[in-house]
Amino acid sequence: MDAVIILQAGVATGTVLLFATLGGIFSERAGVMQLGIEGMMLLGAMAAFSVTVSTGNPWLGLLVAMLAAGLLSQIHAFITITLGADQVVSGLSLTFVGTGIALVFGEQLSKAGVISLIPKYTVPLLSQIPYIGTIFFSDHSVLVYLGYLLVPLASYYIYHTRPGMHLRAVGEQPSAADSLGINVYRTRYIYVFICGLFSGLAGGTISLAISPGWFSELTTSGQGWIAVGLIIFSQWDPTRALVGAYAFGALRRLVLDIQGPTILLGMRNPFYYNPYWGFFLMMLPYAFTIIVLVIGSYSAMRKRLGAPAALGVPYIRGERGV
Amino acid sequence: MMNNSDQPTELQADTVVSMQGIVKQFPGVLANDRVTFTLKRGEIHALLGENGAGKSTLMNILTGLYKPDNGMITVQGKRVVFSSPNQAIAHGIGMVHQHFMLVPTQTVTENILLGLNEPRFRLNLSKYNAIVKDLGERMGLPIDPTAHIWQLSVGEQQRVELLKILYRGAEVLILDEPTAVLAPQEIEAFFCTLRKMTSQGKSIIFISHKLNEVLQIADRVTVMRRGRVTAEGVNPNGLSIRDLAKLMVGREITFDVKKEDITPGEVVLSIEDLACENDKGLPALRGVTMSIRHGEIVGLAGVAGNGQRELAEVITGLRKSTRGKITIHDRDVTHTDPRNHIRHGISHIPEDRHHTGTAPNLSLTDNVIMKSYTHAPISKGWTINQVAAERYATDLRSAYNILSPTIKTPVRLLSGGNLQRVILAREISTQPALMVAMQPTRGLDVGAIEGVQKLLLLQREAGAGILLVSEELDELLALSDRIYVIFEGRIVGEVVDKDIDRIGFLMCGTSPEKNEAMGEKND
Amino acid sequence: MTNLAPVKSKNKIRIPFQVRFEPRLGELKWWQSLLITLIALIVSLLIGALLLSVVGGNPWKAYSHIAKASFGDIGVFSDTMVKAIPLILIGLACSVAFRMKLWNIGAEGQFFLGAFGASIVVLIPIVPDGSPSWVYISVMALFAMVFGALWGFLPGYLKARFNVNEVISTLMMNYIAVAWNNFFIYAVWSEGGFQMSKMFPKAAWLPRLTDFSKQIPELRGLTTHAGLIFALIMVVIVWFLLSRSRWGYEIRLIGDNPKAANYAGIQIKKNVILVMMLSGGLAGLAGMSEISGVVHRLQGAISPGYGFTGIIVAWLAKLNPFLVVIVSILFGGLILAGREIQPSGIPKLIQGIILVCLIASDYLVRNRIRIIRRMED
Repeated sequence: MDAVIILQAGVATGTVLLFATLGGIFSERAGVMQLGIEGMMLLGAMAAFSVTVSTGNPWLGLLVAMLAAGLLSQIHAFITITLGADQVVSGLSLTFVGTGIALVFGEQLSKAGVISLIPKYTVPLLSQIPYIGTIFFSDHSVLVYLGYLLVPLASYYIYHTRPGMHLRAVGEQPSAADSLGINVYRTRYIYVFICGLFSGLAGGTISLAISPGWFSELTTSGQGWIAVGLIIFSQWDPTRALVGAYAFGALRRLVLDIQGPTILLGMRNPFYYNPYWGFFLMMLPYAFTIIVLVIGSYSAMRKRLGAPAALGVPYIRGERGV
Repeated sequence: MMNNSDQPTELQADTVVSMQGIVKQFPGVLANDRVTFTLKRGEIHALLGENGAGKSTLMNILTGLYKPDNGMITVQGKRVVFSSPNQAIAHGIGMVHQHFMLVPTQTVTENILLGLNEPRFRLNLSKYNAIVKDLGERMGLPIDPTAHIWQLSVGEQQRVELLKILYRGAEVLILDEPTAVLAPQEIEAFFCTLRKMTSQGKSIIFISHKLNEVLQIADRVTVMRRGRVTAEGVNPNGLSIRDLAKLMVGREITFDVKKEDITPGEVVLSIEDLACENDKGLPALRGVTMSIRHGEIVGLAGVAGNGQRELAEVITGLRKSTRGKITIHDRDVTHTDPRNHIRHGISHIPEDRHHTGTAPNLSLTDNVIMKSYTHAPISKGWTINQVAAERYATDLRSAYNILSPTIKTPVRLLSGGNLQRVILAREISTQPALMVAMQPTRGLDVGAIEGVQKLLLLQREAGAGILLVSEELDELLALSDRIYVIFEGRIVGEVVDKDIDRIGFLMCGTSPEKNEAMGEKND
Repeated sequence: MTNLAPVKSKNKIRIPFQVRFEPRLGELKWWQSLLITLIALIVSLLIGALLLSVVGGNPWKAYSHIAKASFGDIGVFSDTMVKAIPLILIGLACSVAFRMKLWNIGAEGQFFLGAFGASIVVLIPIVPDGSPSWVYISVMALFAMVFGALWGFLPGYLKARFNVNEVISTLMMNYIAVAWNNFFIYAVWSEGGFQMSKMFPKAAWLPRLTDFSKQIPELRGLTTHAGLIFALIMVVIVWFLLSRSRWGYEIRLIGDNPKAANYAGIQIKKNVILVMMLSGGLAGLAGMSEISGVVHRLQGAISPGYGFTGIIVAWLAKLNPFLVVIVSILFGGLILAGREIQPSGIPKLIQGIILVCLIASDYLVRNRIRIIRRMED
């Protein structure tokens, strides 16, 4: 059980969560809750795998995955933005539909053989740095490096650009944005679509890079939900999302590795000798998500800041004057 | 319909905005019925009407928020059609709404820049901070551009709103009830600022329902009632408040409220050195001491945001106090829950009828039993006696003239006035010892206002103690036996002799004596 | 009022009609909103059919197969009822929670914990061997509800105390519950190396209709079990609770406007916890009924997603306890026959589409369509 290996794997696995969380951050910053990420991710994973199997081109698969999930997200967008329905229930239904479509269309996929994956890469020079080099720059899928780029880009976009300011305004006080000519509805549609793109990307990352293959619902095994928890934990901030995502990735790897060695912390490893104790380890990521939620919610309560003020509230331009 | 009799009818060169034959229909109400309105350059034109008359709708059409169903708008002589607020802004028309459209978590500069195409991509705040600061100083509206909106006082927020439209090059400024957030002394200074702007060539539309202010500031007045114009662009010289009121309401209204002489009884509510925090964790009340006796209406005057809301919430048990004592009939209720306060006879008419006072999708019946469902006859052990509840609702409905199709109707379908009647019915019928009434007549038409005021006075006669918090000084003066003034979370004075000037000074945190000593003169 | 001309009059060809949506000013009659719901159902089935044909299946064959395989004769109808029983209970559980706008997505996990609770009564055992049936059944039901309530308590407490989003917390508890049960199934109670516990003694089985086939031969082969009685009793109790009791009033008030409830003196936090416990308890009871009435042992595969289907049942039934029964039977049939449909993801997909159409149809309940004739001026 090597800490470096665990962290390295954590970065890889965490990239999936990172993409999903970033997408959710964009959508929720605009004021639309995203509880459908799991469904969109699964759809993305299926689409990516399926297209790659048929065409042999994983990049095409990734692209189709993103578009498919983006399209699916528009159902949620239409129901919550134009029809003004409850965003929680709509998000849940999106998960059902996305999962359903993925299962139906992916029926035959588990029989597919080996496919070409997204290539891996080791950064020269940087990967020579002791410890850090191995963890962050060695033998990672290209998508992992994409993750490194996206976080500062997202952060800069949200906080230091004009469209980012508009995004924040739409999520905090849509009536103010509306009165100044910003199209609240269109803005929200766009960012929900972006969330779909990111979720599809996350799904594709699973099936084409991190855990290649198609395993029905086990492909995502609830990571979409963990991402939702991470959105809250990150306080809607991309950099904090990165920390959370990688931490969770490392946790998942740790859970696997901890069952290997015979000696753990100087004692007989209970997980090695009684493999059924592994079930408790399986609980860990989900239990941790709850803990992470508690921390996030508690600090939001204390700082009296937190969610974008208009999150979850459908915007209806007032028809009757005050 | 009165017309501009002392001016030639065609003044194209001087007319900045002209709205002709405007029609706007909403579900169930014709908000604008062939409305005509003209604005001349450099004038302050008041648009007068009671709540629901259609003035806000008309202005929302002018600013591009709504599209009229019929009619024509010309700006600077050219016919225009606005399909979005952006287009109105491009034509130099800007509006400061009654409820500010500001993003609380962003800074002044960010709010001013919102929606514009500049800066192109990168937010270069330092450059724009300087521009905003300079603009503020030039216009007589000084402001700190780096402050977040939630840190600003209401008056400062209003300045931000003004700067927002001035930055966009507004030549026509529409102000919706701008004095609602100002103390009497501030209003003078505000009017000075307006005159300064008109001298620079700007034209101002001043929406209000306050007759005395209209007479004071307006060059011309247009009065609306129920969607129609009853007086178009008249010169207010020579008009009295009575004349304007008649145009506004269509009948004579009595400004004198019949108040019986009552000797107050025992103390019902006593507060000592009460302190509490607001939602942001900052102190809202810093040591309030006051008392209310049976049979009196005690008014609370103050500019919005000085702790009135928090005081009402602490008295009714909705907010925790950090220091001090509250007693009702000499019983200490300081750290108890709302139910305990209700048990001691406290009744609360909340400021926000839609979001706090009622459950919109529940029936009329369910809403009126909110206070009384815990005891007989409506409560029967663990259950609710449906028959008793419905009888109660039916009785209240007729007693308080609540217009609703049935008692099962969800209250979200009721009008504002009827909603208030529901709340009043519920609160008054429990025969409270103390009523806390927060802005009870806000947003109601004159008929409903009269009704509410009568009910409050009746309660006073029945022996209840009433704390009346209102932003309408006239209302406070007419109804209250005495008035406390609150400023920055403290009671800074108690006025028994209806001295408006003194109240006004106290609301600003000064006093007449201090004012004279400093030798300032209000212009 | 219906002839409204547009403001601009450019020389363009225009459609002389305009469709607008406006908020309704009055309430719909009950049959009108029921009609809208039915239309939503039919639309969703059509969409499902469309998707099915895209994948290469034959939708009409699939639908008629469902109808026959679930409602065709008394035997299959009895099997449908078996599937409906846990749905009724979970539908009730979700209805109660949703009335208060508490999104309990954890019914699946609470179901599992209920099964666990019932199992320890038999497997530890808590009840001495040889006890009569009624002792077993009642203690099992009690333990199931307690454990289910516990599983609902934790998310409820976290919500009340820390405002933790209950959607995610209850969902996470689902995964934890499965792992928890699996540990005991694999490691503690595993029987002969198989991944299931030993068979429960006959006294711990919920009696089935077929058990009485000696007295009434027509009942032979009918698998419907006494869990149905529990379910129907709960329907009445929940109905009474929600519409007639004081607590039910408070629940509805909190769900509609927590601020108003607070101001009426109702303690929201306490109720959040209590309602989550009640919801969990009902779902737990479903778990007990399933293992005691159907498989008679504790095993891993005891739910084809009852916890999630129950959410849709509650929504489709408009949170009304009596409608929950009818909808549960419908969905029970869908689940029963759905196992044989290819591809296997279809039932889940159809459930999702039904939910989407339901939510969308809600819009029509709140708003009406106005078609306006336009005239050029």
